[in-house]
Amino acid sequence: MLMAVGSLTVMGIALGGILGAAARFLAVEENPLEEELKAMLPGSQCGQCGYVGCGQAAAALARGEAPVTLCPPGGRAVAEALAKRLGVTADLSEHEEKGPEYAVIIEELCIGCTRCIKECSVDAIMGANKLMHTVIADACHGCAKCIKVCPTDAIEMRPVPMTLSNWHWAKPETEHTLH
Amino acid sequence: MKLFPIRGGIHPDYRKELASEKAIVALPLPATLYIPLQMHIGAPAEVLVNEGDLVKKGQMIARSGGAVSVPQHAPTSGRIQAITQIVAPHPSGLAQTTIVIEADGKDEWAELPEPIADPFAADTFAINERVAASGIVGMGGAAFPSAVKLSLGTLKKLDTLLLNGAECEPYLTCDDRVMREYADEIIDGARIMAHALGAPKVVIAIEQNKPQAIDIMTKAAAAFAEIAVVGVPVQYPMGSERHLVQAITGRETPARKLTADIGVVVHNVATARAVHHAVRFGRPLVSRVVTVSGGAVREPNNIEAPIGARVADLIAFCGGFEAEPASLVNGGPMMGQPLPSLDAPVVKGMSGILALTAAEINQQPASACIRCGSCVTICPCGLVPVEMAAFIRKDNFEVAARLGVMDCVSCGSCSWVCPSHIPLVQYFNYAKGMINIQERERRKNDQTRILAEAHTQRVEKAAAEKAAALAAKKAQAAAAAAAKQKDETPA
Repeated sequence: MLMAVGSLTVMGIALGGILGAAARFLAVEENPLEEELKAMLPGSQCGQCGYVGCGQAAAALARGEAPVTLCPPGGRAVAEALAKRLGVTADLSEHEEKGPEYAVIIEELCIGCTRCIKECSVDAIMGANKLMHTVIADACHGCAKCIKVCPTDAIEMRPVPMTLSNWHWAKPETEHTLH
Repeated sequence: MKLFPIRGGIHPDYRKELASEKAIVALPLPATLYIPLQMHIGAPAEVLVNEGDLVKKGQMIARSGGAVSVPQHAPTSGRIQAITQIVAPHPSGLAQTTIVIEADGKDEWAELPEPIADPFAADTFAINERVAASGIVGMGGAAFPSAVKLSLGTLKKLDTLLLNGAECEPYLTCDDRVMREYADEIIDGARIMAHALGAPKVVIAIEQNKPQAIDIMTKAAAAFAEIAVVGVPVQYPMGSERHLVQAITGRETPARKLTADIGVVVHNVATARAVHHAVRFGRPLVSRVVTVSGGAVREPNNIEAPIGARVADLIAFCGGFEAEPASLVNGGPMMGQPLPSLDAPVVKGMSGILALTAAEINQQPASACIRCGSCVTICPCGLVPVEMAAFIRKDNFEVAARLGVMDCVSCGSCSWVCPSHIPLVQYFNYAKGMINIQERERRKNDQTRILAEAHTQRVEKAAAEKAAALAAKKAQAAAAAAAKQKDETPA
């Protein structure tokens, strides 16, 4: 009995020591810029940019391999923040065409399979097994991940509607160069 | 009283004589009234009634939708015809949820809350609660919930309640008429508000182009030592909150701070009258005085209209259009917003309805900037409009913000004075909208990040719990098996 306890303790300490040393001497150095860029991204790991998650996207941005407009749910604000940090000028024309969107579950088609609930990375979908689900519009950030897993095509993306509170004046149109 | 100069400003043609001598008349009750849920700054109200319900005048039909919001009340007795989407008196022309009331013609009051017997013995909270429940908003045009502003006294040390009777916008005469005809109600309301705010002093500021109003208000205030009525110079935008405070106290409100931070709270004169009605009689805000004026209106007038009457009803009451209006404006010609339709209802912050002819608008095509510097000289906020507009044209909002575009009060003086007719204030309104949208997007992204982190934590925790439960089960099974084995082994 004592032998068993003793030998396991010795093995534990020895292996732990090796692991500790490995963590110190063989550590992968993280690019501080990468960390900073990662903090600017939404962090929902939606994968719409084509990378596995926000961390990989940040790495690609840091290496200069991805455009700053890569994040669709982040929209204009994220693109501008990234452009500013990286000191590049962003081509935002794409963001002007497509406004923010949110997911809507068509109630007649929902079968209550809970797949979208598991897929949602911001917990914006409510519902239970075999009961209809619904999206909390305010929490949804439009990553559209839920659409891909829905077996009955019951989810669609809709543009965030223009209301009295988010409407604003358009740019005045002038023909000449005035300045 | 010593006055202090304000920077810049303009002297447009005031054209107040069109309506200034017309006594306030009540609008004959329209057959149908349209009560929008959002006619104030803040969250929209929440509907309390259903289609087909019978309501009495003054009954609450929508409750306050949050900390910065107000309830809405039925402006007359009748039946709820529908709760539907009606065009809002808003430049976007968007529709909003509106309660439609079919008037029964009896105009019967609901049972109103008891008057506050002695408001000067009541505490701030009781008065604020009454003002909030009465749906009162700033009636000068901004429509900010008044109770929120009245509670500033509990947060900050105030010395003055400044009552704004400047009415510096051309054409508008509703405040002038209210001061001339209901001076005692305004004074009483002002004293109640000063009490609620804990402000020892009340100053009522009126532009000097309204001598009768100054005279009548001075007489009405004579009995109260704490109230001073002051004639201020005729200089647009004297009625801007920050500028009026500076003219009266000499103190300049710092950028992105409130006037309350320098000890002054500003309320409109008509708001004081609404407070008087709410506190003394328990009556909610269900009507307001609106100036209907402009060259295209046959008989300009000052009309006490129920909230929810259509703009078309008021125009018809004024004899309709004399000429085809080139522009319909909600508010004054300087800061007012285009009205999208005559079907839009009168709302609590609507001080004027203007139907202007093409000659009055004098719209000209923009030409190149000649660098005259007029906009810089007249900017009452001390900004450099020409430079800000140049950056905004290139959508460089960051620099525009650094140059102070968010401190612009959108008074429109720069656009008015520009000899090249460059739409300067229009650029600033656009930039402010864009900067606000960007700010909202940033907040949304922050929220998404927080939610995503919470999600990850939750998933990890659930997985860990599952693993722990599984391990516990395994251990239990192993123990049971061991025990069984022990039992089976012969002793």
